[in-house]
Amino acid sequence: MKFLPLLWSGLWRKRTRTVFTLLSIIVAFVLFGMLQGVNAVFNNALNASAVDRLNVVSRISFTESLPFGYLSQIESVPGVAGVAYQSWFGTYYQDPKNFVFSFPLDPARFFALYPELHLSKDALAALVRTRTGAVVGRELAKKYGWKVGDRVPLHSVIWTQANGSSDWQFDIVGIYDAPLDPNQAGSFFFNYSYFDEARSFSKGTVGWYIVKVKDPKQAMQVAAAIDKRFANSSDETKTQTEKEFAQSFIKQQGDISFIVTAILGAVFFTLLFLTGNTMMQSVRERVPELAVLKTLGFTDFAVVVLILAEALVLTLFAALIGLGIAAATFPALKSIIGEARLPADVVTLGMAMAVLLALCTGLPPAWRTTRLNIIDALAGR
Amino acid sequence: MNMLRQIRAVTWMNLRSIPQRFGASSVIVVGIAGVVAVLISVLAMATGFARTVAGTGSESRAIVLRGGSDSELASTLTRDATLTIMDAPGIRKDSAGKPIASAEAVVIVDMPKKSNDSGANVSIRGVGAAGMALRPEIHVVTGRMFQRGLRELIVGKGAQAQFKGLDVGSHIALRGSDWSIVGAFESNGDSHESELLADGETVLSSYRRNLYQSVVAQLNSKNAFDAFKTSLTTNPQLSVDVMREHDYYAHQSQRMSNVLSFVAYFVGGIMAVGALFGALNTMYSAVSVRSREIATLRAIGFGASAVVLSVLIEAMLLSVVGALIGAGLAWAFFNGNVVSTLGSNFTQVVFRLAVDPALVVLGVVWACAIGLVGGLFPAIRAARLPVATALRAV
Repeated sequence: MKFLPLLWSGLWRKRTRTVFTLLSIIVAFVLFGMLQGVNAVFNNALNASAVDRLNVVSRISFTESLPFGYLSQIESVPGVAGVAYQSWFGTYYQDPKNFVFSFPLDPARFFALYPELHLSKDALAALVRTRTGAVVGRELAKKYGWKVGDRVPLHSVIWTQANGSSDWQFDIVGIYDAPLDPNQAGSFFFNYSYFDEARSFSKGTVGWYIVKVKDPKQAMQVAAAIDKRFANSSDETKTQTEKEFAQSFIKQQGDISFIVTAILGAVFFTLLFLTGNTMMQSVRERVPELAVLKTLGFTDFAVVVLILAEALVLTLFAALIGLGIAAATFPALKSIIGEARLPADVVTLGMAMAVLLALCTGLPPAWRTTRLNIIDALAGR
Repeated sequence: MNMLRQIRAVTWMNLRSIPQRFGASSVIVVGIAGVVAVLISVLAMATGFARTVAGTGSESRAIVLRGGSDSELASTLTRDATLTIMDAPGIRKDSAGKPIASAEAVVIVDMPKKSNDSGANVSIRGVGAAGMALRPEIHVVTGRMFQRGLRELIVGKGAQAQFKGLDVGSHIALRGSDWSIVGAFESNGDSHESELLADGETVLSSYRRNLYQSVVAQLNSKNAFDAFKTSLTTNPQLSVDVMREHDYYAHQSQRMSNVLSFVAYFVGGIMAVGALFGALNTMYSAVSVRSREIATLRAIGFGASAVVLSVLIEAMLLSVVGALIGAGLAWAFFNGNVVSTLGSNFTQVVFRLAVDPALVVLGVVWACAIGLVGGLFPAIRAARLPVATALRAV
């Protein structure tokens, strides 16, 4: 403890340099924190997918629809506990910028398969009762100020009604919550019966089926059995677990996300190289001072510890501030990346990187001080 | 003149001492190389994507979609509607007096990517009889053109390079029917090269559909567009959106380009701040190491401005070297790389990253700005050094 003032004065020996070094490490960790936070959003979406649910889509492409008649056939496959279905509705509210993820579905079937979405019994009953009824996620309702009883028009870019109109009217009868992952509370669900009666084409088809299996260990066999049932028909199916489906969708974005990640990795290390270099230089400059310490009787070990402690204080402090700034910017970026948080393991990883940085930059010059010839060092040779 | 000679002398002296300060100077070079490499690579993606998608289509062609749909995939047009559209005034007629216009059916097929074997949405565009006459930019490079009425496809060069099983001579199954790939085509590197082309009627019957997605028409001239549009939008039987084909594709590329530009400037900007601190550190220490030299120069009559400028020039030169290294890295690793992503039609767009000279200039400008700010404050400190004190300092 008595060495704290020494450590402190060592850090502030060159005030401007310490401040600038601190700032550039902070910048590196801001970037690190933000990227990892965005990454976590993707991973959450993957982890939120249940292991006991399968997605059944058309083999040709998941944008092709499947016949409604497959419902009872899929239900009769051994190992299937429940089946629901949905379609992609593709809507915006008032302005094309306000995209709304909306899906027609069979309410009772759907909510039975998604226990992580909380909707009150009364609201579910109201949705079943009301032909034009809809339930919306808490986040979505907050975004547009919708409440139960509101009449909301949505414009579908795909589906027209029999009268040629692309505008669909809905009555909000309930609001659902997704306590585990707020990003899931952003959808708009309404009755399939309303959708199928009113649309002008593709009647009698559904976008995709969702299957709950009795035993998650049997998921692969059930998937294979479903695909086999429809093999060689004109509507062949492709059945995947929810997670596989989500992964393949992310892979469609493809090479871009890989390149961006690679570039950003390079960025982080560039910034760390810069600061590391500066920190090493600062130790080199102080060799005569370190020689004085050794003359006064400091052991090699004490000098090494002193140098490393200085580096650690600097990097850990900067990492904390950087990650803090990153966490603070997430609310501002909510409209772009959704609900992001800094996961605890990212903070741990960041701290570990800070320690690593301190060791990498502190150890080589510290090691050199142990082999210092005091007389040469004092003379500045 | 005297001033210039002074600046030259001091700058030259500084530059020659760089090898002795190699580690510190490399901070500026590496830092700026990183900033510029990131900025340029991400913008190269935006440029490449825009070039491919926005480069599709022509000013003198029009595309007609159902009113309110934002892309071909979302649009549906009945056969009657397509016939009405193709009868509209302003469409050029061929020698037989038929309109040069094509009712198009766009469907999606799931094809595995070569890079990761994961399925991706690839478009099949079924074109009408005039579909090829309409697009003179499309020419078959291997194999032959598909025949109308047969289950034959030709594949774009981009799609062929990115997805498995699209070689000339291979077969693919669509809704239980067997299609063969009979040729490969080029189309000036536009987004049609990410597609497969076939006969529209055959595609619709295979997919058991009766709705088209769009009508593309060759207009008499660029100026015929307004009359063509008015005649369609005022027709009470139709509810359609009419766009110049070129504008439609430019609009389609907008969103992705915006996202990529945002990433480039946002991440590049944060990095630039980091590199700026690095540059400040380097130049401050460069000045402090040389404070005795600088004081000596001042004592023998060199002006303060010569000292300021020499420090600035050193910072800028290091920055420009960094920028060139960064641009070189981006060019070496990414220029011409073929990648694909989901476009706004919900199908894969294959494009080539393009590091063009404008991007390199942009990188150098950023580097100079960082160098200027990073050099200015240390330069001012150097010029303000009290000569007598600095001379005495050991």
